[in-house]
Amino acid sequence: MFKKLIIAPTVFILGLAAAAGVSLNGAGATFPYPLYAKYFDAYNKLTGVRVNYQSIGSGGGIRQLFAQTVHFGASDAPLSDAKIAEFEKKFGTQLIHVPTAMGAVVPTYNLPGVSKPLNFSGPLLAAIFLGKVTKWNDPAIAKLNPGVRLLPLPITVVHRSDGSGTTYIWTEYLAKVSPEWKAKVGVGKSVSWPVGLGGKGNEGVAGLVRQTPGAIGYNELVYAVQNKIGFGAVQNRAGKFVLASLESVKAAAALTDFPQDTRVSLTNTPAPEGYPIASFTWILVYRDLDKDRAFKSAAEAQALVKLLEWIIHDGQQYNESLHYGALPEVAVKVNESNLAKIRYNGMPVK
Amino acid sequence: MRIYGRLGDRLFSAFLLALGLAVLFIAGLLAWELWLGGRQAFATFGFFPFARGTAWDAVKGNFGAWPFIVGTVITSAAALALSFLPSLAAAIVIAEYTPRWLGEIVAYLVDLLAALPSVVYGLWGIFVLVPLVRDHLEMPLFLWAGEHAPGLLGALGAPIGTGMLAAVLVLSLMIIPYSSALARDAIRLVPREQREAMYALGATRWEVVRRVVLPYARGGIFAGMVLALARAIGETMAVTMLIGNSAKLPYSVFGPAATMSSVIANEFTEADGGLHLSSLVAVGFLLLLLSLLVNLAAEFMLRRMAVGEGRK
Repeated sequence: MFKKLIIAPTVFILGLAAAAGVSLNGAGATFPYPLYAKYFDAYNKLTGVRVNYQSIGSGGGIRQLFAQTVHFGASDAPLSDAKIAEFEKKFGTQLIHVPTAMGAVVPTYNLPGVSKPLNFSGPLLAAIFLGKVTKWNDPAIAKLNPGVRLLPLPITVVHRSDGSGTTYIWTEYLAKVSPEWKAKVGVGKSVSWPVGLGGKGNEGVAGLVRQTPGAIGYNELVYAVQNKIGFGAVQNRAGKFVLASLESVKAAAALTDFPQDTRVSLTNTPAPEGYPIASFTWILVYRDLDKDRAFKSAAEAQALVKLLEWIIHDGQQYNESLHYGALPEVAVKVNESNLAKIRYNGMPVK
Repeated sequence: MRIYGRLGDRLFSAFLLALGLAVLFIAGLLAWELWLGGRQAFATFGFFPFARGTAWDAVKGNFGAWPFIVGTVITSAAALALSFLPSLAAAIVIAEYTPRWLGEIVAYLVDLLAALPSVVYGLWGIFVLVPLVRDHLEMPLFLWAGEHAPGLLGALGAPIGTGMLAAVLVLSLMIIPYSSALARDAIRLVPREQREAMYALGATRWEVVRRVVLPYARGGIFAGMVLALARAIGETMAVTMLIGNSAKLPYSVFGPAATMSSVIANEFTEADGGLHLSSLVAVGFLLLLLSLLVNLAAEFMLRRMAVGEGRK
């Protein structure tokens, strides 16, 4: 009896120790951090593999991946062609982008007396953020919102002051729908804003919007939903005003020609029911894992591939409860074939 | 007796020297690392064109630090000017006018201001100060200027609340304890004989403060201001939360601006391009240079007013 009491916990602890032998390190984007924390916690309980994820920002994650201090990086924006060429030249292998979840960016505003969500179009948002539409009762706004009483309140534009994947998605959308935005401002994680105030982080933008009557900003859908901030609908390419939701975000990725490298932009999607400012978030890994000095053994390589397999299949169940979009079928398929290419010392890992 | 012998003495002074040099060495390394990190930006744009450049565009890869230098200089100078009288007044009240026990309590509370994390100042600024400043200071001023002095409108800027003015107000509050604490100690060090001599001549309390205490303590008061200014130049979090973070020159009183430390805090995590990162580090190097200049100037002025030897 007494022996049993001692042996059972001992065996249990030893078992844990053996399985927990492998631990993986990752670093990168802050946007999917709550989701990744949930993934890695659930995966640790399931298999004993420990995953340490540092949410230091996408840029930091890419730097760490280039410095080979982590097993995987994570980014809200795909790497540019130039950056990929640099990677391939430097390490003699390819970089694999693994989309794990979907997010969306929504226009948030503070307009006293207006309770129902306002309608926006891409060109209108671009004109507002370029500083060309400066009053809330501008005909361009009134035309999209018949029946809404709009006051001649000045518009205060609020943007992110820190570099951010959210800004990248937002500016990428504006550049697609407005040639002037593309020429004057461009696309990036931090851009040179023509007008407006900068707030640090989602909470900074939301705080400024909430504090300033007449303000308009942009936030991640997850943040807006969790903090119960009202947001507007955006007209998609099919001409429909779509309010961002898990369904309309997932619908945005229903593309017929999904590229093999998954570096696809979903903004201004042609999908008729899709929300036009949506995007993937990616995990980044080396195709030849032995080229990444962070890997010390084949066991680690195997653990990483198994983890990624789990994320794109079983892990997806956690996405929607945390307000992230789940991967559409087509993205899962492409992920599967990409993961099958991963090698360690020239041998396929799977 | 032997412990105070030559060997012990020498060991002790060698130890002190090593520690002192280590501080210098670390400061030197810091400057060197910043220089190395920023070298690419300086090489691409040139040192002075970079420092004087007004564009900051990560998309087109065009960087200049001037808007941030201007923002830092204006906010810290304005904060210092605003905080000078209140902090001096607090020091005089504590050291001269209140009974000892009350003075201790007030001094303790003032010192407590320094212990608050700057993010708390930032949050207080966003939720309390900004609406207050916007509705009761900026709006009335803006409306007044609109009627009586339309020429001023451009310099005032839009009355949004978040911006230069809010940042300066919070910054001046944050640096009060630094200048006040040093001024207080300097005032307390003024010899009693000096005051008593003055009272014996029939001077009032105000005359004693003005003619004896302040001249005698001015070295300490000035040192406190320098410390406060250094703190204001480097302050990051609260300023970033309140200043509005826009690098578009020219700045206005109410409108958004940006400082050197705020742009580094904002953009460092997501800067993956080599030139962008290098430019941020280069801004850090310029910030170090600016602090060095300010401290050298302060040191020079401090020497000219030798501590404790007030002239007649």
